[in-house]
Amino acid sequence: MNHDYQKDISGCGLTGLISRKRRRIGGADIVKSLCLMTDRGNGLGAGYAAYGIYPEFKDFYAFHIMFDEPSVRWTLEEYLKNNYHIEKIEEIPTSPVKAIPIAPLLVRYFVTPLKDKMAGDIQEADFVVNTVMKVNSEIEGAYIFSSGKNMGAFKGVGNPRDIAEFFRIEEYEGWTWTAHTRFPTNTPGWWGGAHPFTLLDWSIVHNGEISSYGINKRYLEMFGYKLTLLTDTEVAAYMLDLLIRRQGLDIPSACLVLAAPFWKKIDSLPEGEREALTALRQTYGSALLNGPFSILFGHSKGLVGINDRIKLRPLVAATKDDVTYMASEESAIRAICPAPDKVWAPRAGDPVIVNLED
Amino acid sequence: MFKSLAPPEYLATIDREKCIRCKRCIQNCGWGVYSWGGDKVLINTSKCVKCLRCYHYCPEEAIEIVDNPTRFKQNAYWGYNHLRNIKRQAETGGIPLTGMGSDLPYTILFDSLLIDACQVTNPSIDPLREPMELRTYLGKKPSSVEFEKGRDGKLKLKTKMPPQLKLSLPIIFSPMSFGSISLNAQKVLAMAAKECGILMNTGEGGLHEDLFPYRDNIIVQVASGRFGVNPDYLNAGVAVEIKIGQGAKPGIGGHLPGEKIPLEVARARMIPVGTDAISPAPQHDIYSIEDLRQLIYAIKEATNYKPVSVKIAAVHNVAAIASGIVRAGADIVYLDGFRGGTGAAPSIIRDHLGIPIEHAIAAVDDRLRQEGIRNEASIIAAGGIRSSADAAKAIALGADAVAIATAALITMGCTTCGKCYTGNCSWGITTQRPELTARLDPEVYAERLINLIHAWEHELKEILGALGINAIESLRGNRERLRGVGLDTQILDILGVKPAGR
Ligand code: SF4
Ligand code: SF4
Repeated sequence: MNHDYQKDISGCGLTGLISRKRRRIGGADIVKSLCLMTDRGNGLGAGYAAYGIYPEFKDFYAFHIMFDEPSVRWTLEEYLKNNYHIEKIEEIPTSPVKAIPIAPLLVRYFVTPLKDKMAGDIQEADFVVNTVMKVNSEIEGAYIFSSGKNMGAFKGVGNPRDIAEFFRIEEYEGWTWTAHTRFPTNTPGWWGGAHPFTLLDWSIVHNGEISSYGINKRYLEMFGYKLTLLTDTEVAAYMLDLLIRRQGLDIPSACLVLAAPFWKKIDSLPEGEREALTALRQTYGSALLNGPFSILFGHSKGLVGINDRIKLRPLVAATKDDVTYMASEESAIRAICPAPDKVWAPRAGDPVIVNLED
Repeated sequence: MFKSLAPPEYLATIDREKCIRCKRCIQNCGWGVYSWGGDKVLINTSKCVKCLRCYHYCPEEAIEIVDNPTRFKQNAYWGYNHLRNIKRQAETGGIPLTGMGSDLPYTILFDSLLIDACQVTNPSIDPLREPMELRTYLGKKPSSVEFEKGRDGKLKLKTKMPPQLKLSLPIIFSPMSFGSISLNAQKVLAMAAKECGILMNTGEGGLHEDLFPYRDNIIVQVASGRFGVNPDYLNAGVAVEIKIGQGAKPGIGGHLPGEKIPLEVARARMIPVGTDAISPAPQHDIYSIEDLRQLIYAIKEATNYKPVSVKIAAVHNVAAIASGIVRAGADIVYLDGFRGGTGAAPSIIRDHLGIPIEHAIAAVDDRLRQEGIRNEASIIAAGGIRSSADAAKAIALGADAVAIATAALITMGCTTCGKCYTGNCSWGITTQRPELTARLDPEVYAERLINLIHAWEHELKEILGALGINAIESLRGNRERLRGVGLDTQILDILGVKPAGR
């Protein structure tokens, strides 16, 4: 049993935006919004995720991989070639930044699983998840930090401005963006430890500390997840993967698991709903994320913002035309959208769910 | 008569200057220590068990009960208990009996575990201002649920949920039969269970009709003696428990002598007055796990699928056994650690068989998770829960709820004197003598037990608040919030707990 781990604790700031109409927005906005909250981090981690950035490869899984040293690359590529058709390999474009003297080797692969490698009736998504789990836990020095289609995460050790310049974020265009600046309190800076944390199309940025981490982790392990990062964010990401992709809950129901309503509220509902929510809490008690958090999670069809059930971390939302903004601070929204149509503070546990139009 | 060579354990003394000869001590002592000598109270101190009933009821504080200073010579190897038992065995040729849980100084893991608290990076929560949820449901849970959208667009449940037992807090009362304890003591448990929204358990003594009004808060037990078992009985509570073993006497049956079977007990047990009530060591229709499965399903059929709990003593191989029980269809696995109490057990068995509950919870919870079946049954942990802190630690190790018995009896006056097997309990708890049971007023003592449960409830909420969580399910199995002090690597590994400082 893996219990003798050191959990990663950090405070942070987060921001995100989405164009319902799939209008692709340049990276400059999200960078500006995040940089306004630079003081919520301590320069030990920042990152961005964007959807709709690889239209020419939209049918391929985009693996963003970091290598602690270049030689590991060949081991990894050997493994990939045996299991995937590789459409394209390229180093992720970066610019030299003074504040980032050393960086891991960063390469992206556009791939699709080889049909004959998917034994039995294993689903394509499960196959990709297994690859991510295997590489991250077994190939020392290689780390897949992004694995979805037509989306990507860019993250590392540095402050929001430096990381944006390093990854040339402003050159990408996407319809959904999330970003994060970090204040780790106990980990040495590791590039993989920054947010967003992703798995398949899921990307998570998270602010807070999940006090129920221990049981959430053990619950996920029962379903075969390997928690290698030891962060709350990883727990949140896998929990969503389990609830939504594997067990088929819809997003609103999954939110009712992560930030479950209080019994008092459930008891007061009309019978059918009461029965449904009671069953949800009885079944998924170990999946309740308890403790302070605000989370933005992006996926191929939209963006969701959610708070813990007594709102111990800030989250503000705003809309302007087809765009919805969510951030830790209202100022981070107003920095890029000075006159929103509507601004509000979502209530504790009430998710803000935005779906892309088809 | 031959004078026992085992010196009395306690000396009961009366300060003759203070004594007003009211004779209350004579009335109160169930063991016959005191008698009237015409002009003063006589004392037969060899009968004293230090239950302290006389001390509490003496109006003049004239009584003092002290540990007998005249002891065998101190010897670190040949302890007092060894010599005493050998001498008693030499005199009687019998097996010395005892009551309550083992009092030997084995390591107490609960006392080597400390609970976490929040500072800065996550806020603690004030239970006086914020909701703090202890509600617990016992029973099988599906691994996922399915919904359909109702016409009104609201969620509607598609999955059929297995039956659940609702508790307002994760504490229930352990089984104690009518016969081993008095009907009044059972009434105290039933009244408190009802008031607190929790459960009591009949033990294997059948169900007295006075308890019928409390059926929503009762688990009925089926054990090897099958006393009082019929379809009405099985359906008389909210769940049925099959008792395989008891922590204090794993592998051992029970024997309630005929003298303790007056009419009322006989009726509840459905046996003739004055016959010995013998519970065989095994259940004679359960010699294997497949037999257990058949009984579980027979009971489910007879009760229209009420939850079935299976109670076992924590023994060396408890994880594999519990896994088998879950796969056999049990909704609840009740683990009873070796510190668990008893009305009567051979002391050699009580003190030397089984394993502590802390190890058992950790091993069972781990095993059920490894097999991916932890959701299939709830775990109740019992056997020496002394405080809400023990309860919190047991839950953090992986239990869904804890069961308490000794703590509940202590609210009724019990001083853990350990002489329950004599049937003379001066507090009216573990006795059927009418003059003794009459002194246990159910209304009065239910109030005390309710106070205890409420006090523990408040304490549990304070603990959760300090941990920065507001629902008990976030503590359950959350071993990350426990640390071990002074435990070696192997025990930490078994418990799945880090040492303090990590
Ligand atoms: S109860 Fe106390 S005062 Fe009364 S007879 Fe006994 S020792 Fe004396
Ligand atoms: S129940 Fe009575 S006899 Fe048993 S330990 Fe408690 S006080 Fe002593």
